Amino acid sequence: MYDFAYHKPSTLAEAVGILADPEARPISGGQTILPALKHRLDRPAALVDLSGIAELRGIRREGDRLVIGAMSRHREIQTSPVVGSAIPALARMAGMLGDTQVRNRGTMGGSLANNDPAADYPSAALGLGATLVTSGGRQIGADEFFQGMFSTALEPGELLVSIEFPIPEKAGYAKMRNPASRYVMTGVFVSRGPMGVRVAVNGAGPGVFRQPEMEAALAANWSPETVAGIRQDPDGLNGDIHGSAEYRAHLVTVMARRAVLDAG
Amino acid sequence: MPSVSLTVNGAPHTVDVEGRTLLVELLREKLRLTGTHVGCDTSQCGACVVHVDGESVKSCTILAVQADGSSVTTIEGLAAPDGTLHPMQEAFREYHALQCGFCTPGMVMSAIDLVKKHPDGLSEHEIREGLEGNLCRCTGYHNIVRAIAAAQEVMHGRSAALAPAEV
Repeated sequence: MYDFAYHKPSTLAEAVGILADPEARPISGGQTILPALKHRLDRPAALVDLSGIAELRGIRREGDRLVIGAMSRHREIQTSPVVGSAIPALARMAGMLGDTQVRNRGTMGGSLANNDPAADYPSAALGLGATLVTSGGRQIGADEFFQGMFSTALEPGELLVSIEFPIPEKAGYAKMRNPASRYVMTGVFVSRGPMGVRVAVNGAGPGVFRQPEMEAALAANWSPETVAGIRQDPDGLNGDIHGSAEYRAHLVTVMARRAVLDAG
Repeated sequence: MPSVSLTVNGAPHTVDVEGRTLLVELLREKLRLTGTHVGCDTSQCGACVVHVDGESVKSCTILAVQADGSSVTTIEGLAAPDGTLHPMQEAFREYHALQCGFCTPGMVMSAIDLVKKHPDGLSEHEIREGLEGNLCRCTGYHNIVRAIAAAQEVMHGRSAALAPAEV
């Protein structure tokens, strides 16, 4: 890892000011950027630690929405009674990503801003129709936020402040992990609620995507058997040494069925 | 050069580091606490697990500067001053939960955090799942799981002494 200057601002405005330098990068939980820096995949002049900024913290219910501060760590989300009662599927997801030590450090905002195709939270955000609130004062719908592999609607230097989830009637998640890396091979998040019926797929493609055919079928009849016969087109899905595009397409159907079962 | 002030195993330290210095490098190279191991250096194997403010973390994936102001516990900080082992250490010894010993410091630190977070007790399955962040390449985990199952009884005060391992 190359050396860098380290900043730990205590306000969002201060952080955004430092990040105006295109050579500066934000660090939240550090569970992705530190391994990347060790591999010298990037050489930032400065790291801006977001962990001291109160505006990025907190988990609360505001009416029919669950609002999660971007710096909330996976462990906080996993164990939060507020998340557990509002969107239990989201708490379960937080409890099954990475391992204990990663969950003690990693954050929801960091994961969403990174948008790794094999990350978990993107399918929850897209599958619940979340709104992502930024330091630029923007409120970006999940349908616009995720723009393919490691790409989002965030501008350079713009930070996620919080994520607002409409509280669904039902939601569920299921994933198949790579047996070695434990990253997601294919995951499916389903929900029914104020945003309609939504089905979001992570891990299978270059970015998270919705499955309209399954959404329409579940809107007509919410049951695991409804999606069991719907085949995902493998065209455009990821194929690598861990599994072919056809295998991942098959997993979409299997995980969708399990996600509906998980939602109840 | 940044300066980091932190408490390690109860003793205060102020150390000059680089921005890029990892917590494990501070512990091993600056403080010479070499009980914390570096296995993979890619946050997978868990040999470097320490407690930062009571939470288990992989010390190869946190900067020393991020631990500024924290209280850190390493494997060296577990035994009592008179040398009495922590119940988890004692259980690892009694149950022969190691062969080469390389993963052991991280296993013990992760196991203590796991047990503390489950005051109602852990099943064998839950112990195995809870060790997801730690790799052992010798024992096949079996005796590690048995040691943790025995140690939790002592740590939660349900048993005064460690149950002896069956031979």
